[in-house]
Amino acid sequence: MTAEIVLQSVVSGLMFGGVIALVAVGISLIWGVMDLINFAYGEYLMWAMYLTFFLSASAGLEPLLSLPINAAILFGAGALTYRLVVRRVLRGPIFAQLLSTFGLFVLLRYAAWLLFRPDDRQAPSALANAIVKLGGLRMSAGELVAFAGSLLATGALFWFLKSTRTGKALRAVAQDREAALALGIEPDRLYSIAWGISAAAAGVAGSLVSPFMYVNPLVGDVFLLPGFAAVALGGFGNVYGAFAGGLVIGVVNVTGGTLTMPKVKLALVYLVFLAVLFMRPKGLWGR
Amino acid sequence: MTPLLAVEDVHATYGTFDVLRGVSLRVEAGELVAVLGPNGAGKSTLLKTIAGFLPPRRGSIRLAGDEIAGLRPPALLARGVAYVMQRSSLFPRMTIQENLELGAYIRGNSGEVRRDVDRVLALFPRLAERRRQRAEGLSGGERRMLEIGRALLLEPRLLLLDEPTMGLAPVVMGLIFDKIREIRAAGATVIMVEQNARVALEVSDRAYVLEQGQTRAEGRGEDLLASETVRRAYLGSASGPERAIQHGGGPSVTGLGTTGR
Repeated sequence: MTAEIVLQSVVSGLMFGGVIALVAVGISLIWGVMDLINFAYGEYLMWAMYLTFFLSASAGLEPLLSLPINAAILFGAGALTYRLVVRRVLRGPIFAQLLSTFGLFVLLRYAAWLLFRPDDRQAPSALANAIVKLGGLRMSAGELVAFAGSLLATGALFWFLKSTRTGKALRAVAQDREAALALGIEPDRLYSIAWGISAAAAGVAGSLVSPFMYVNPLVGDVFLLPGFAAVALGGFGNVYGAFAGGLVIGVVNVTGGTLTMPKVKLALVYLVFLAVLFMRPKGLWGR
Repeated sequence: MTPLLAVEDVHATYGTFDVLRGVSLRVEAGELVAVLGPNGAGKSTLLKTIAGFLPPRRGSIRLAGDEIAGLRPPALLARGVAYVMQRSSLFPRMTIQENLELGAYIRGNSGEVRRDVDRVLALFPRLAERRRQRAEGLSGGERRMLEIGRALLLEPRLLLLDEPTMGLAPVVMGLIFDKIREIRAAGATVIMVEQNARVALEVSDRAYVLEQGQTRAEGRGEDLLASETVRRAYLGSASGPERAIQHGGGPSVTGLGTTGR
């Protein structure tokens, strides 16, 4: 095992970590704004990948170009999920809230199973087998684009939260719902927007990974579990922490797998996850 | 003439507990009115009910003649009713500037809002120096000033202040009362709940005394101060300002806090 292999795996890890970071930010946004875990998050991503696949199969659309369509449709799906499901259980016990998104997870997964069967599918992409060489490092062009796209999407989201009137209102609702209401900020409307944005992030991620990943009804797990680990690592509800956590998890996943055995890479992710929770229950950047 | 605010026989309930049991009060435009009474009397609940955080079970609340009972806070804000709650209501991880900007949320994005933010900052020089810092770093008095400043950005006709000086040092209290008087002088009508009855009566034009969810006394500040009955029964005749402050922060008889929730 040479230093070059390690470096190569760290780079690959960062590429994967970029996507996990975007996923983690999407999960963290909902958690931060309304203290709710969306267990169905990976399934949104899976459905976005199917959307990309069928846009390719029916209209010959290059997977990456499905990005704006995915973002728009998933935004609507997220906002609708809030209005139809989440809003109803918001005043209920915490278990009702957890079970509602868990139920959604089961529903979305097995609906896909029923409709699309458990086969692996992949839309053909110009990026599929392209390799970019940088110094001595080799990177898959698809992964590089996914990494860059995730960074851009996350950056855009951070800018939105920091600088726009609606973004500030979202942060206000996250920090003190009642105080926000006293200023005329209607939490219900902001929750709906948060769900839309969060699901749109899954839509973007779905497009970005489609050039180099197969889609099947179980593919959400690839993102959901590392995404949760990244959220915990970054401090629940802290979107910046979730982003950093995503990069860390990506490197642990890929580099850890390379240094030991690929089979244990998820175990390593959870080892780090548990170690952090053990030492810092609020996460590395928790408040 | 129609009063700016007319509260008539308002009843309100938390769970199964009747907190307001027939409160009535009238406030004319431009007045500074204090609401006094022992812990658990329903003072904070009254403000919450007027501000739309708790729908009244019975009774009417009219703003310049229009019924507003049961409207939600955003609708009330649109009519000019602003509310500064008893507990700290700042967004701790946002800057002073951002907190102020959110005060103007309902007014949208405009150059006018930016000018008004600067105007409020000019009113509170201590906040202006630190406008880029997070609100969590402010002292108790500065927090209160920021909250009051933020409420001013809502351009209220009626400003509801729930214990604006609770937990503050006497010097800072004086500063806050000065600001409240300035705000009133600028044309706003103010209703203020105060634990510190003596000071509140000195500052205000008129006061209402609540007890057990009902209006028990009403009058000009100096008259209530002079009334031996009122003093003994509702103000606590032995309590000077300092003691009243401590009292306000302590646990309450009824377990409702100063009906702060």
